[in-house]
Amino acid sequence: MFELHAPVLPIILPLMAAPLCIILAKRQLAWLFATLVSALSFCVSVSLLLTTLDQGVVSYALGGWQPPWGIEIRIDVASALVLTVVTAISSLVLVYAKESIEKEISQDRHTLFYTAHLLCLAGLSGILSTGDAFNLFVFLEISSLATYTLISLASDKRALIAAFRYLIMGTIGATFILIGVGMMYMKTGTLNMMDLAARIAEFDGNRTLNTGLAFIMVGVSIKLALFPLHMWLPPAYTHAPSAVTAFLASTATKVAVYVMVRFIFTIYGADYVFNTMSMDIILLVLAVVAIFKCSYVAIVQNNVKTVLAYSSVAQIGYMVLGISLVSAAGLMAGLLHIFNHALMKGALFMAVGAVLLRTGSVDIRAFKGLGRQMPFTMAAFTIAGLSIIGVPLTAGFISKWFLVSAALEQQQWLVAFFVLVGSLFAIVYIGRIIEAAYFKKAEQGVDIKEAPMLMLIPMWILVIANIYFGIDTSLSVGAAEAAAQWLTNSAAVVEATP
Amino acid sequence: MSFIIDYYNYWIVVFLMMAGFYIVISANNLVKKIVGLNIFQTSVFMMYISIGKVSDGSAPIVADGITTYSNPLPHVLILTAIVVGVATTSVGLALIVRIKKAYGTVEENEFKDKEDLI
Repeated sequence: MFELHAPVLPIILPLMAAPLCIILAKRQLAWLFATLVSALSFCVSVSLLLTTLDQGVVSYALGGWQPPWGIEIRIDVASALVLTVVTAISSLVLVYAKESIEKEISQDRHTLFYTAHLLCLAGLSGILSTGDAFNLFVFLEISSLATYTLISLASDKRALIAAFRYLIMGTIGATFILIGVGMMYMKTGTLNMMDLAARIAEFDGNRTLNTGLAFIMVGVSIKLALFPLHMWLPPAYTHAPSAVTAFLASTATKVAVYVMVRFIFTIYGADYVFNTMSMDIILLVLAVVAIFKCSYVAIVQNNVKTVLAYSSVAQIGYMVLGISLVSAAGLMAGLLHIFNHALMKGALFMAVGAVLLRTGSVDIRAFKGLGRQMPFTMAAFTIAGLSIIGVPLTAGFISKWFLVSAALEQQQWLVAFFVLVGSLFAIVYIGRIIEAAYFKKAEQGVDIKEAPMLMLIPMWILVIANIYFGIDTSLSVGAAEAAAQWLTNSAAVVEATP
Repeated sequence: MSFIIDYYNYWIVVFLMMAGFYIVISANNLVKKIVGLNIFQTSVFMMYISIGKVSDGSAPIVADGITTYSNPLPHVLILTAIVVGVATTSVGLALIVRIKKAYGTVEENEFKDKEDLI
């Protein structure tokens, strides 16, 4: 029973739990319930990851209607990998949220926060596991609508404008994807991803399909905040409640990167997108500019959340860079960075949230002398920061190592150089904060306590994961490698199955 | 000329799409932005309905004496997309209500701490 329906559980569990959360009404109860549901989804995702590593792909026909006529839930290694990351981060953030949102969200809205969080999780899991292009759009909108709500829950009134701008940009992006999917349907008459892939392969450069691809790429680029379509992200991340930022920064944009991978590699085929349409050049240039420009902008910001938000845009540049290298090694580095970046950005934003809870500010001046007053929080921040920079023995080093070697494999010296320059910029923007925390004196007479236990534990789980996946890479690299192999071979698989 | 007339529905779609998009970008009033967004989305709905049309086909409802039906799938898809659009509009309008309460205005150039928004 469980085995049979496991593929659909990560969507169904949070989706059904969300309305129950409102009925529970008591915020403590809602918190406990949401955390349990999220942890349960995580367990299911882990079992799915193990199954897919073993079998390759899990297909589930919703309502018993066989694909390509019915809607298919299709989980391969790539989706299972990202699904595991998303559900794990969601569970940790929910544990963390209990204390964190106490100060940032007014108490009567706490149940709504958990409800919106669960809906967002349901949408994200849906995007990751669906095998149907139109369903992908619907799930994208479910998660986005929940995200706008989550951002606007902050008591800071600027969050409202940030959420509104995100809504406008996000809806335009989603509608672009809808147009693209419509054009694919217009030509092929199907929406199932495997079926689409087979039929698109039969066309050789059709104008409607090319236009559809262009619309989809622009739409997805807005959703994943690829430079220069990233302008919604820094305000949204800066003004959202800390728990929401930690969740979104480590999941939402990663899932959008996954959507891009799905459209390029599974549906259109890497050969078509990169060789016929030459999208690799566009993506490569945008990714390199994102790394360079946004790392630079991060240096000159004073609000630490904004620094980390711009750093996120730069890190997304690394992921897209991996995809645009058009090789299994590059794709693998991109997927690996999705995994590793979730670990480090989650930990960083959690640490900043803890500082916000205790000092009431996220300005860089508030960090003065925190190294002594909040030793555990700042130690977590420092280790996760080292991971962002890419210091050996942290997860960040591993993904940069694979990225640089994938670039060098193709003699792209300049690209490798820019990846390293991006790391130098990261030393500066992370270094500024660490310097304030450890080498500047705190203001006299201000007594700041260490963050509460419920915030430290999830933060440190992520930090330890950062170190663990920096030393023992067999799980993360193995899964990313299997996923990249699977995606680059999917064209061959399509031809094999009639 | 027949190229323009034969594909008149697609021309309407393109016109609405551009008009809606332009309103979203240029409007200063947040409510007008939402209206523009709606026009933009509606154009996509019309595109889908156009795809599903079969010449001489009737609406996809079973009735006596009709043998050719339009493709029902785009209708169903667009029903879903309309629901998504309505949900987006309502979230957007709810946000506008809260912005009005917080700032006292819905004109974008009148927000005081706009510069703080990076």
